[in-house]
Amino acid sequence: MNDSLILKQVRIQLENRCLVAVDQIISPGEVFTVMGPSGSGKSTLLAYVAGFLSPTFQAEGEVWLGNRNITHLPAESRGVGLLFQDPLLFPHLSVAGNLGFGLPQRTPNKAECIEQALEQINLSGFGNRDPATLSGGQKSRVALMRLLLSKPCAVLLDEPFSKLDTTLRREMRDLVFSQLREASLPSLLVTHDQEDAQAAGGSLIEL
Amino acid sequence: MLVRLAPAITMALLVGPVMAGLAMMLLPAFGYLPVLGGETLSLAPWRELFAQPGLGRSVWVSFSTGLVTTTVSLSIVVLFLAAASGSRLDRAIRRLVSPLLSIPHAATAFGLAFLIAPSGLISRFISPALTGWERPPDLLIVNDAWGLTLMAGLVLKEIPFLLLMSLAALPQLNPAQRVMMARSLGYRPTIAWFKAVLPALYPLIRLPVYAVIAYASSVVDMAMILGPTLPSTLSVSVLQWFHDPDLTRRFMASAGAVLQLGVTIAALATWWGLETLARRSMQHWIERGNRRGGELPLRIAGRGLILLTTLTAFAAIGGLALFSFAGFWRFPEALPQDFVVVHWLRALPSLQSPLFTTAAIACASTLLALVLVLATLENEYRRQIPPSRALWLLYLPLIVPQVAFLFGLVVAAESLGIRPQLGLVVAGHLLFVLPYLYLSLAEAYRRLDPRWFQLSRTLGVSRLRTFFQVRLPLLLAPILTAVAVGLAISIGQYLPTQLLGGGRVTTITTEAVSLASGGNRRLIGVWALVQAVLPLIGFMLAIGLPRLLWANRSGMRGAP
Repeated sequence: MNDSLILKQVRIQLENRCLVAVDQIISPGEVFTVMGPSGSGKSTLLAYVAGFLSPTFQAEGEVWLGNRNITHLPAESRGVGLLFQDPLLFPHLSVAGNLGFGLPQRTPNKAECIEQALEQINLSGFGNRDPATLSGGQKSRVALMRLLLSKPCAVLLDEPFSKLDTTLRREMRDLVFSQLREASLPSLLVTHDQEDAQAAGGSLIEL
Repeated sequence: MLVRLAPAITMALLVGPVMAGLAMMLLPAFGYLPVLGGETLSLAPWRELFAQPGLGRSVWVSFSTGLVTTTVSLSIVVLFLAAASGSRLDRAIRRLVSPLLSIPHAATAFGLAFLIAPSGLISRFISPALTGWERPPDLLIVNDAWGLTLMAGLVLKEIPFLLLMSLAALPQLNPAQRVMMARSLGYRPTIAWFKAVLPALYPLIRLPVYAVIAYASSVVDMAMILGPTLPSTLSVSVLQWFHDPDLTRRFMASAGAVLQLGVTIAALATWWGLETLARRSMQHWIERGNRRGGELPLRIAGRGLILLTTLTAFAAIGGLALFSFAGFWRFPEALPQDFVVVHWLRALPSLQSPLFTTAAIACASTLLALVLVLATLENEYRRQIPPSRALWLLYLPLIVPQVAFLFGLVVAAESLGIRPQLGLVVAGHLLFVLPYLYLSLAEAYRRLDPRWFQLSRTLGVSRLRTFFQVRLPLLLAPILTAVAVGLAISIGQYLPTQLLGGGRVTTITTEAVSLASGGNRRLIGVWALVQAVLPLIGFMLAIGLPRLLWANRSGMRGAP
């Protein structure tokens, strides 16, 4: 069983103007949604939780994963995974190389692990392919699988469906949310799309 | 650790030697250099300097070379950019920029001399049909007293430099959009570029322009090949005084070096004044709202001049090749009677050792510079500090004339017990390789999407591994290009190699320049051609290697 992602009295300010204020416990398997127009500071919140907040912002509060305070840990030690708007498959690596990139270093049988993951997203035999040759939906699935293979303890979603066309968007939404629930990961979704929020099904705040 | 300290180390490496060198130049210029018995400050070196015959002419030639070269080069570059419209010719010229830039000054100078000398290629092609010359005319074309040939040679080299700097700066100005906007208001395309893009472009290339003024007003190797003699340019005169067997002349030479600094500063100040005037009249021209007047001549000049200089540069290199293989060749004949490889065979044994030294120095200084530049840029990225604050310091070694601080640097190093040697040469080359490497890499480094690195770290990969496994592969192509630039800069260095090596470190460039006085054209052809081709190898690798490595990765082609 995973731990909850806890945002304790988080307040992010830019030049004394408060952008975001959140106090929330996100339990495993839950998707908590932050809605707001662009420029409202949604992505700033994600940057803060992931560990990339630019020093121009001032942040208060703490981020905990279960009983682990991760507020001051470097990004790579937090165990917080991120899914971006774009799939961002590394162009210099093969599909398998991309999936293997996030695998914890001590994983036994890496190759087998990657092969299974490819099967799971219906891309068996695609391991040696150049990621640039995949379709948009295939790229998104590889990006999701790469995230899951890195064994995160919590997941941040930065408008992950906004660049997909309507049919693909529904498909990816179902896939992402079902996989996150199955892995029982606490997730934080920022979006400006009402449908995303509904599909996520968790609690919601608007900025 | 290295990353955190990199900016400080880089700046110290650039500023320290220049300052130390200048200080050790100023003291002897006023008579103080205990090693040579100068214990008190005096103005004697200056009195001796001003008593030198032809000093006024030297100063004038150096000063005017700086200003004329810069004016002509900048005009040709600006005219080309204004007239360029993305045609095939324009794209070809843009592609030729890097290889042209990589040809060392000395090789270009020799090539130009072979082209325009009284017995050179051009005169052979038009004689005797047009001129009636059966023998080379007795004209002083190369080494002319006013430095016109020197200026021409410099223009050939500075155009690619300014063009590259402009092309790097242009994208952030969105020139296509500006021109389109102006055209929709009725301005003809070239006029539109002049009025809507140039005023924004110039501030971005101001430092490179200043570097050109400083370089042209104090160049040594090109001036030794193409410049006037008796008196020569100030920089070459200073060099001769320093190498005078009479060591007491060192004091006067130091005064001369300080004077060179003054001449360069005067040229910069004059340019600054001209710049202000030009800005005013430009403002006036823009406000008058003229939309079409002068469009055609501007466009013709833009294309024609750059074409002329590019062709001249290539013809110059072609000329080197021709002479290096020439057998018996009577004057008015356009081509030699036969082609032979004997000059190459004869030069080959003596080429080996300098070739090795050249490569070793170039690789060492470029590698050091690359590590420092990457660490500096990585530090900038990690701490999210904006660039530009200390950027002008990068230009310090490019703006302070080489003659003005390199001698002082030798003295400073000797006072620390460091004799001129290979290591010192590498350190000296670093002064010039580092800024160029930084300038060619910084833009690509900063433009790369930061999400790549955030992504990598949220996948649990440390900053260090992210740097090696994501940053370096994604930047492979620009890094290799920057390395090629660094190698080319190092290969072309004459004065730092000569002085910091105490004359005992011989590279292709020092050997080639020293052949200038001998006048054996076949031999010069061989050495200068080797010098010209060497940097090209680096550029070919920089273009070829990524294509080979990423053959199966279409996302990496035409990447940053």
